[in-house]
Amino acid sequence: MVNAAKPTSRPLSPHLQVYRLPLAAVLSITHRITGMGLSLGLLLLTWWLTSAAYGPDTYDMALGYIASPLGMLVLLGFSVALFFHLCNGIRHLFWDAGRNFEISQTKRGNIYVIIGTIVLTAAAWLLALA
Amino acid sequence: MVELSLPKNSKPTKGKAHPAPAGAKNIKRFQVYRYDPDSDANPRIDTYDVDMDTCGPMVLDGLLKIKDEMDATLALRRSCREGICGSCAMNIDGGNTLACLKSIEDCKGDVKVYPLPHMPVVKDLVPDLTHVYAQLASIEPWLKTDTLPPASGERLQSPEERAKLDGLWECILCFCCSTSCPSYWWNGDRYLGPAILLQAARWINDSRDEATGERLDQLEDPFKLYRCHTIMNCTQTCPKGLNPAKAIADIKTKLVERAG
Repeated sequence: MVNAAKPTSRPLSPHLQVYRLPLAAVLSITHRITGMGLSLGLLLLTWWLTSAAYGPDTYDMALGYIASPLGMLVLLGFSVALFFHLCNGIRHLFWDAGRNFEISQTKRGNIYVIIGTIVLTAAAWLLALA
Repeated sequence: MVELSLPKNSKPTKGKAHPAPAGAKNIKRFQVYRYDPDSDANPRIDTYDVDMDTCGPMVLDGLLKIKDEMDATLALRRSCREGICGSCAMNIDGGNTLACLKSIEDCKGDVKVYPLPHMPVVKDLVPDLTHVYAQLASIEPWLKTDTLPPASGERLQSPEERAKLDGLWECILCFCCSTSCPSYWWNGDRYLGPAILLQAARWINDSRDEATGERLDQLEDPFKLYRCHTIMNCTQTCPKGLNPAKAIADIKTKLVERAG
């Protein structure tokens, strides 16, 4: 019979401290973090959009913040998060359809998601700045 | 609940160093998690310098050599030493696997040995499996039928029906997968985890079982099944090369199909 009085005093074995997370797991947590980042980022974009409704002066003020080096950095982060979340989201659609569960497919998927994020982000910024 | 750091009583401290016997030339250092339930001290990491010239090739060989020749107080579970009993499942070199199937040579640097992650520790490398076994019992892992067996005595399967169980029946319940899963770490009280869900799939896919609907009903739960977020640690760590993530996805698919 199991001793029911003891377990609470037992130590918990190390987990994150010792587990070497595979790339797929790192991308999985990144998906969550970018999801939260996008929610916050959308507030910022909405603020930018709303400022236009308040007239040219307010819009110029908002644009001043957005176009500052820090603002551009935030926008870059937002776009990286957006394209990562998009690429990894498409991968989740495949998984939800019951496909691509082999380890080799998972490892290939990791690379596709990373390359997709880089290419789409670069393309968006080249288009925007051209 | 997500708790990224360990509770106070669980943080390992630096332990004892056990040097190699004099004259040993080919030395590999093992770092082993130790916990003595009879003392109030925190767990500690002991180091053992093992003479590889007189040691077998697998991590289990190393651990047994330590227990036999260097420190008899070391506790671990082991039985078959050939990857079929699942007893020696532990965290080695940052991943969960069976000590008997993991070659010492494949460990970069020191051989770091911990119990299965995020489990209550009974002693040293022995985790308390009470909860996972209770979860296994909860899915009723046996053939359930309403009809009487045929007069011939056996419930027959076609080769195709039998083939649906391949990749499911081979599970040895070592729980490497469940204890590699961050979702199981944070929600293991209610999420069943990959090992148990693979077992559930084994019975759901059995053509002879007549409780498929009931089994699916039981799993249709935000926690029991749907805490799986396809992190894929389970499939990548399974020492038997099985695919729990796919088995879970198949259950989810069956639930969607059933809903029509």
